[in-house]
Amino acid sequence: MYNIEKSRKIAENVFEIWVNAPHVARNARAGQFLIIRVDEKGERIPLTISGISGELVRIIFMAVGKTTHSLADIPEGESISDVAGPLGQPSEIKSYGTCVLVGGGVGIASTPYIASALKEAGNKVIGVLGARSADFLILEDEMEKICDRLYIATDDGTKGHHGFAADLLKQLINSEHIDAVWIIGPTIMMKVTSQATREKGIKTFVSLNPVMVDGTGMCGSCRCSVDGKTQFACVDGPEFDAHKVDFDQLMQRQRYYGDQEKEALSLWQSHKCNCGGGN
Amino acid sequence: MGDRPVDIRLSDFDEVDTGFSFEEAVEEASKCLQCKKPGCVDGCPVNIDIPAFIQFIADGNPVAAATSIREQNLLPAICGRVCPQETQCEALCILGKKESPIRIGQLERFAADQEMMHGLTLPIMKKRTGKRIAVVGSGPAGIVAAGELAKEGHEVVMFESLHAPGGVLTYGIPSFRLPKDVVKAEIDLILGMGVQLKLNHLAGRSVPITDLLKFDAVLLGTGAGLPSLLGIPGENLSGVYSANEFLTRVNLMHADRFPDYDTPVAKLTRVVVVGGGNVAMDAARTARRMGAGVTLVYRRREEDFPARAAEVHHAREEGVGFIPCANPMEILGEKTVTGIKCVRMRMCQLDGSGRPVPEPISGDEFTIECEVVISAIGQSPNPVLVREIEGIERGRAGNVITGEDGRTSHPKIFAAGDVTTGAATVIMAMGGAKQAARSICDMLSGLK
Repeated sequence: MYNIEKSRKIAENVFEIWVNAPHVARNARAGQFLIIRVDEKGERIPLTISGISGELVRIIFMAVGKTTHSLADIPEGESISDVAGPLGQPSEIKSYGTCVLVGGGVGIASTPYIASALKEAGNKVIGVLGARSADFLILEDEMEKICDRLYIATDDGTKGHHGFAADLLKQLINSEHIDAVWIIGPTIMMKVTSQATREKGIKTFVSLNPVMVDGTGMCGSCRCSVDGKTQFACVDGPEFDAHKVDFDQLMQRQRYYGDQEKEALSLWQSHKCNCGGGN
Repeated sequence: MGDRPVDIRLSDFDEVDTGFSFEEAVEEASKCLQCKKPGCVDGCPVNIDIPAFIQFIADGNPVAAATSIREQNLLPAICGRVCPQETQCEALCILGKKESPIRIGQLERFAADQEMMHGLTLPIMKKRTGKRIAVVGSGPAGIVAAGELAKEGHEVVMFESLHAPGGVLTYGIPSFRLPKDVVKAEIDLILGMGVQLKLNHLAGRSVPITDLLKFDAVLLGTGAGLPSLLGIPGENLSGVYSANEFLTRVNLMHADRFPDYDTPVAKLTRVVVVGGGNVAMDAARTARRMGAGVTLVYRRREEDFPARAAEVHHAREEGVGFIPCANPMEILGEKTVTGIKCVRMRMCQLDGSGRPVPEPISGDEFTIECEVVISAIGQSPNPVLVREIEGIERGRAGNVITGEDGRTSHPKIFAAGDVTTGAATVIMAMGGAKQAARSICDMLSGLK
């Protein structure tokens, strides 16, 4: 069992928890993920490692399905059944020169860890955070401290640039020399935003989040097409060359269990009332 | 004894084969000729003293029989069920020359099940040696090596990446063939011997290789977990599963009980399984239990199925349709699967394994409509850990190369099971694990 030491809501429907998992904390590197299972009947879901403190691992997630909703509900001091990791390849950290980290929505969760690692490797790091509105924006203060410069965009204009993070990225690459870019967010956002760097041939990474089961390369649930070749995101990724990923296929595969996810969530919500029915 | 009726067993995941009753077991055991030079023992990859344990059963003492088996085989209830006895011990039984051989597998299972009803007892353990050994993987090879090494007095830490031990015994083989309480009981016995189990630890990631090498020895039993892909158009459509994924969702995650359990699997109406091995049969029979109509496509003839005859028989009884001599060319569908296009195969000259080489008959194509395709065309060693170990020699298939003694090219690292052989049987993995455990003991005692 793995103890949830801290748990709090950090934005609308977005939660931050610190879970005690020494085997993950001691060995994790930026860009890797872990897999959690809440309880004996739970599913295994992958979540990005968004920070380490001693033996604690930070995960930041949006409550969307049954598993994430119930994870958000677990009080501090209680535990979850399983935390496996760290999994996947770490980010390719080296001295590039100037790097831009673009985070979209809850995808911002991945950015501070990678930004810190890039800074340590001697890079100039520019952060671009995008959210639906100011209420959904996370980790601004933290990124402010790490990055040399930080830009904000909100879809509704409640904070920073009124528009998309992609707009800011375009402005940046047109006004200065950029050596490498990370784009992490919803798949559609990564697809659209990575177009900005394609023409100039700027090295661009995206972190994919397909459906996984074991996370160790055993099942192939997470397979994606990268440069026409099938790759397993869990062991070959999760980061890939943005300009070579088949995003449409990825989105199709991500939607496959949509009906079941809705069913599980509504069943969970209808039993959440402590009436003693269901579980 | 015998198989449960088809209509009943299709409605649950309980074991199909009910095994011997006490009387049946004693009667079967009494037929054994107690050969002076027993062929059956030569046929057993772990050299169980088969006539001895059969005699105990004939004498009405199955628990003593189980204790006797355990001297050579720590997993008799598992092996009694999943060993291919028909090509091993039973194939060499002298009685088989005229009539049918002694049903050694059934007797092994009977003895082990009887013992389990009485509660398993720990084997005699040797004095602590103070040596520490890391075992990577808790499948058949890992469990057996861990047990053997613990028995010799070594401290054993076993690392498992999943949330439950057992490897393929847990995620792969369905409970209608191998009940999970049987797997649990035999693993619990190994843990009772003092083996420490670290779940959720992916060696190479959660435990760096440098930490593994701080142990006095390392045994790799990481198995053959990497699913082979069909390599045809449409393979990444939603609704195409590797057998590993499909079976893991059901066996390990209980997707058959969704939404009581959280893990879903596709709605199974029409399923095509590709492959003819035991894993293909397991996938097909699992899908049948979940209400699907199942067609199994295999590129060679029915007599060439690599699966055990009993599994093919069970699958047919359970209504799995077979289309032999056919190979998939393309999986059809816009977003999700709508069908699979196959080509008929002609059988040509025999290859090295004595099977005909299949060749497509140009133009002789057909389509099967379906919503789910499960590919069960083999697995190869999972490269995640081994590719990161410097100085370990690997074969072309990614397998770790060892001598017969289980030693790799790295002086501290030993390996056993599917990671060395590619996908093989539980018992072959166990045989390799016992050998590797002996080699580790020899090395640690300074003999070699």
